[in-house]
Amino acid sequence: MKKKIKYWFSSFVLFFFASFFILQNSSAQRGIREIHQERSLYRNIIVTEDSTRRCLRFTMTRRTGQNQSCRFLENPQELVFPYAKMTLSSLLVQAEPQRILIIGLGGGTLPEVYHTLFPEAEIIISEIDEAVLRVAEDFFEFEQTDKIKVDIGDGRVYVKRAALRNESFDLVIIDAFNGEYIPEHLMTEEFLEEIKSLLPEDGMLVSNTFSTSRLYDAESQTYHNVFGEFINLRMNNTGNRIIIASRQELPGLNTLNRRAANWRNRLEIFGMDVTDYPRFMSKEIDWNVDERPLTDQYSPANLLNN
Amino acid sequence: MTESTSSSSNLLILSLAFVSGFIIMSVELLGGRILAPYFGSSIFVWGSIITVFMLSLSLGYLFGGKLSLRNPSLKQHGAFFVLAAFLLIPLILFGNQIMEALFLVVEDPRYGSLIVSMLLFFLPTAALGMIAPYSVRLLVMDSNHSGHVAGTLYFVSTLGSALGTLATSFYLVLWFEVNQILITMGLVLFLSGMLAIYSNKTFHVNQATMDDPQ
Repeated sequence: MKKKIKYWFSSFVLFFFASFFILQNSSAQRGIREIHQERSLYRNIIVTEDSTRRCLRFTMTRRTGQNQSCRFLENPQELVFPYAKMTLSSLLVQAEPQRILIIGLGGGTLPEVYHTLFPEAEIIISEIDEAVLRVAEDFFEFEQTDKIKVDIGDGRVYVKRAALRNESFDLVIIDAFNGEYIPEHLMTEEFLEEIKSLLPEDGMLVSNTFSTSRLYDAESQTYHNVFGEFINLRMNNTGNRIIIASRQELPGLNTLNRRAANWRNRLEIFGMDVTDYPRFMSKEIDWNVDERPLTDQYSPANLLNN
Repeated sequence: MTESTSSSSNLLILSLAFVSGFIIMSVELLGGRILAPYFGSSIFVWGSIITVFMLSLSLGYLFGGKLSLRNPSLKQHGAFFVLAAFLLIPLILFGNQIMEALFLVVEDPRYGSLIVSMLLFFLPTAALGMIAPYSVRLLVMDSNHSGHVAGTLYFVSTLGSALGTLATSFYLVLWFEVNQILITMGLVLFLSGMLAIYSNKTFHVNQATMDDPQ
């Protein structure tokens, strides 16, 4: 009996170290160095760097983890991820925001991009995890100023309180991830209604999602129930999709193309050609409309994504 | 008293303990969902919920244990279930109004979530907490076996809690709305209570032997 326990115990220890070694090695092979790691109240935060870029990720295992945010070391203004460029292309739908609310800070890429474009705009970021703010400041040169402010707390609570104060935002961006997907209470009809109440007549909601399977249907149906028609931006080379919803009528392809031509030069510094984007913006209903929308009563988001 | 009535009543009491364990954790898990729209899913929201559940269970244990001293019966045991079922009603019917009112008054989401958890979960959970020590009293026939009886009871009720957590988080939230699950839990509690009250008559002989000798 004792022998058996010893056998299993040593096998377990061996397995543990072997997997650790393999994980370490696979990162090392790609030349990725881990320059910071901390366990916050909500997640593991890991900052990695290779010869070209520095990245923030939120997961336990380095192999399967997704980068939340990355920036190039040589040219930090150039956007690394398609999703960030896709988010920015929403400027073709509604430009010149004066007040912007971003839910989810990440490495602070989006606030900085919008600040560069609209230095006079007030940008408020709602971030649940204080450690993410610290890491953004220490490793991604994020800075709070009188124009860029971070509120530490839950995005849902921030939106509810802002609505009570009758605040309005011309642009709201949902970019909140918990390492797996968007937290369930930030996906429901009730939440979108609360955000809608923050938007003026010409306000716009831009949501960064990457749902698949049944969640794609449920998520689409939820946005459709609250905003009616919305622009769905999906591109070939990425699993991300950007939902662009507005209270007013959405522009057609011709208008988007015309605006893209005007914006092209201004957005070039971010490493994108915005004229590529309008053809991927669709208003078509490409989901199963019979799927149950997400509500505060029914929101098994992550379970639907499997 | 026959051997078989005793073992059937024991089986009933253990099954009821399983049900109460299942429902306690299912409601606790749904608590996070219920509070999230108003107080978010920050760590202190879970802190508030767990605190209130532990507090109400502890007081429920104390009170249930005390009530078991005098004329313990399946009837009274069943009454706890019925009581817990009724105490779930405010959570189902007025949960949102209560949270909205508190949200307006209390700015700090830590204390907001703590007070709301007290208002919504304290009473039903305390009623469910009364069940465990009372069940021990109903099951214990002689003091030599009390440890064994308590162990079996905790085993069954905690197993119920484990399954309640698993079933709710893996499947129930995927199939049903939060309120549908709560209403079902309420109905199950009510029916369990009625079953115990009804069985009180069937197991009357059994109960009579357990009454305090005074």
